Amino acid sequence: MSSPTPGFAREGGAPLGAPLGTPTKITQGSQTKGGIGESTLRPDGTLKVTGEFAYSSDMWHEDMLWGHILRSTVAHAEIVSIDTSEALATPGVHAVMTYDDLPAEVRKYGLEIRDTPVLAHGKVRHHGEPVAIVAADHPETARRAAAKIKVEYRELPVITDEASATAPDATLIHQARDDNHFGHVPHPNIVHRQPIIRGDVSAARERADVVVRGEYTFGMQDQAFLGPESGLAVPDEDGGVHLYIATQWLHADLRQIAPVLGLPESKVRMTLSGVGGAFGGREDLSMQIHACLLALRTGKPVKIVYNRFESFFGHVHRHPAKLSYEHGATRDGRLTHITCRIVLDGGAYASTTAAVVGNAASLSVGPYVVDDVDIEAIGLYTNNPPCGAMRGFGAVQACFAYEAQMDKVAKELGMDPVEFRQLNAMEQGTVMPTGQPVDSPAPVAELLRRVKAMPMPPERQWESSEGADVRQLPGGLSNTTHGEGVVRGVGYAVGIKNVGFSEGFDDYSTARVRMEVVGGEPVATVHTAMAEVGQGGVTVHAQIARTELGVAQVTIHPANTQVGSAGSTSASRQTYVTGGAVRNSCELVREKVLEIGRRRFGSYHPAWATAELLLEGGKVVTDGGEVLADLADVLEDEAVEVEAEWRHRPTEPFDLRTGQGFGHVQYSFAAHRAVVEVDTELGLVKVIELACAQDVGKALNPLSVIGQIQGGTTQGLGMAVMEEIIVDPKTAKVKNPSFTDYLIPTILDTPTIPVDVLELADDHAPYGLRGVGEAPTLSSTPAVLAAIRNATGLELNRTPVRPEHLTGT
Amino acid sequence: MRVSFTVNGRPQEADDVWEGESLLYVLRERLGLPGAKNACEQGECGSCTVRLDGVPVCSCLVAAGQVEGREVVTVEGLAEYAKQRSCGTGARGTSLDEAKQWAAKGQDSHTGEGTELSPVQQAFIDAGAVQCGFCTPGLLVAADEMLERNPNPTDADIREALSGNLCRCTGYEKIMDAVRLAAARQGEAV
Repeated sequence: MSSPTPGFAREGGAPLGAPLGTPTKITQGSQTKGGIGESTLRPDGTLKVTGEFAYSSDMWHEDMLWGHILRSTVAHAEIVSIDTSEALATPGVHAVMTYDDLPAEVRKYGLEIRDTPVLAHGKVRHHGEPVAIVAADHPETARRAAAKIKVEYRELPVITDEASATAPDATLIHQARDDNHFGHVPHPNIVHRQPIIRGDVSAARERADVVVRGEYTFGMQDQAFLGPESGLAVPDEDGGVHLYIATQWLHADLRQIAPVLGLPESKVRMTLSGVGGAFGGREDLSMQIHACLLALRTGKPVKIVYNRFESFFGHVHRHPAKLSYEHGATRDGRLTHITCRIVLDGGAYASTTAAVVGNAASLSVGPYVVDDVDIEAIGLYTNNPPCGAMRGFGAVQACFAYEAQMDKVAKELGMDPVEFRQLNAMEQGTVMPTGQPVDSPAPVAELLRRVKAMPMPPERQWESSEGADVRQLPGGLSNTTHGEGVVRGVGYAVGIKNVGFSEGFDDYSTARVRMEVVGGEPVATVHTAMAEVGQGGVTVHAQIARTELGVAQVTIHPANTQVGSAGSTSASRQTYVTGGAVRNSCELVREKVLEIGRRRFGSYHPAWATAELLLEGGKVVTDGGEVLADLADVLEDEAVEVEAEWRHRPTEPFDLRTGQGFGHVQYSFAAHRAVVEVDTELGLVKVIELACAQDVGKALNPLSVIGQIQGGTTQGLGMAVMEEIIVDPKTAKVKNPSFTDYLIPTILDTPTIPVDVLELADDHAPYGLRGVGEAPTLSSTPAVLAAIRNATGLELNRTPVRPEHLTGT
Repeated sequence: MRVSFTVNGRPQEADDVWEGESLLYVLRERLGLPGAKNACEQGECGSCTVRLDGVPVCSCLVAAGQVEGREVVTVEGLAEYAKQRSCGTGARGTSLDEAKQWAAKGQDSHTGEGTELSPVQQAFIDAGAVQCGFCTPGLLVAADEMLERNPNPTDADIREALSGNLCRCTGYEKIMDAVRLAAARQGEAV
């Protein structure tokens, strides 16, 4: 039997394998050009290539002032005194504010736990904590005035790891905790603890022929989005404020900002400005409250733009982690059990640490079948920089460790590492360690097969008749080798990521859709509060509206808080959830339009009452294709508008003792094959190729899907060989807050990334789609590490790998 | 101080410029040309790349006073600059009619519809090389300059020429595609 081919897009990939799963069902017709499944182009593309797209740092207002933030120079200290007099006396300075100047009772904020001071009060808990803010008529004046503020610190011992955090005499980072995790943590310096116990590990260990243990270290990664934190706050005449801002979730910002300003949410208006990337780093507030405070204090518009140095202090990072694993397997290659302990460093404030702990625990064994597990994940409070959301969110750290373990077990068993993974790969119906069955396609073995079947890049590509092209060798134009000491290695990895907000969170989205006739043509307007951060949500919303409403013209209304919440642009969730909300609202609009049509024309044709009706090509048609009316005639001068919330199926929290629970909405999977060449003498790595296969359920916009996969893959590459925020363990101070010292991949560091996309529908999701953005960030890093191990024979238990780890010097 | 220079073919004057201000600051904050971007302000990311007397530079590292009497081209002037160079008709990518069907129409979100683009600008849109777009202006200026020098670049040439421009969204693959596309279209046009 032949069935539709599920793979749609291969860029240099392997021949397609046997079709799996069911093809995607589309509710509306697919006659309208520019609908879902097409690689339509970005509506903001022209503005972005001409330099006219208004990012948050491009905002400008008559009479505008510039804000600047004074940050702590030490990680942990009591504030003895703050003297702002000299700063205030500086010509051009309009305001200087400290904790004592805050206008409301509420003086802290936080995404989940309200533990973060707007400005430091009596104490600073990490290097770079905001202490005072200044507004002046020139950014340099503001900077210089801030430098004149005298802060006297009395330094305290720093807590930098699990041992110092949980020592009996450890200083408590936060006194008098009253958050909802405090009741179940073993120490007040632990934000959250999530165990998962399933089966009987002791009995399973008896069955194991090999037991492999490993200790792994995952460094602190930065999102390094290119558009720095920035925004413009404009005071309103009614005493409120309008904030133009780059964020990932307008309504979550609003909920945190308004109480600190002492304003009702209705008096804080927020409009999304252009966002220069996010990757999790804009989930927490940065300069939002500070800009609003200064605007309300001075009565003038205030703009704040971080420079790169400040950006490294101005947002949370990816949690660094210590991970201990034990894997057991029988001689025939079946996993018997896994135990693990994952310690995530949340830094000085909670941010999303608790949710990251839940993710790390629940996804800690990877996409494998294993019935007997004993898992523990904890998140610490320390004096290190605060950590929170970054693409992959807890699943990334675990994937690095469990994939290293899978290679180790395979080696111990003398098995091929891919075959060993395939033998233990989960599939639809597999039960997670949390007891949750995976109830949609989980093509783990197939993704590995596809990525392995891709053609290998040729050996010694750098060789030519004119000698070695150093640009393709480790070290590149530094001209460090012409091939001497260079060895090749190949590595594989696969990962599992949850999609959407988990553990019982009410993860809804809202869409307002309007349909009317403009200039004789039916036009749909889609208004959501979704943060477009580059992912292409605006493109997809227009595609959904075209597919569902059969119109050619769609207007995407700017995102703001004049419409209900769209939830966060994170957790790979926006196409699923806000896309789902747009589809739902379109369906409601469609019904209303058809009602009008029935009212006006129902008596002229029986099909209005009996047939299934669709909107296609600007017309009302029957499912048999017969045209009943033009939408322009149906609507005339009537506009149909619907604003509705939409929810995916609910989840539930993990049990605090056993970790059992239907915690996740959806799972997504990607696999990578890395090919590297290593200069073993200098410890330099050149990634030659990083191939990826991923199941996306349904690619609403294939071009954007591939862009997401390649971008996520590259961030994983950075984590493997380049990127790490170095925090001095003695002082808890950040040592490399710049693009000179914190390196992200350039176009020379990044290899060809062939992508093979599978589309196996998830029947629970709109159009069968699966969240795309994060999964490729998981397996990329361990695949590169595996390839370097394969090339060098070294154990390499930490990431990123630095030259000294390879040369032993 | 006052700085007088040519930007995108037009004489400009900026007054009250503080000696420490960069060319980037003057373009963005005094001349209303925010196309050049401020991602690192330390010459590492290339987002602020403009051409100074034809040479691509990081405008964050150029003191405003240094551009007195000189010629600057920013991303805002790229289409016109490319047009004058080729004396051609501008973009050869997605036809405007085709693109119009996809572009969000705006009474309140203006989309740049109808704007004439240079071949490299059009290729970035067509190839999917734009995500958040913050690196895009710098990359466009750098890529356009490379294609002017080297109309038939190899992949290694492209990577070398663009190695000073960081992008965090795309993994560079679509940027490679875009530059190859622009080169191919440029070749067809000759």
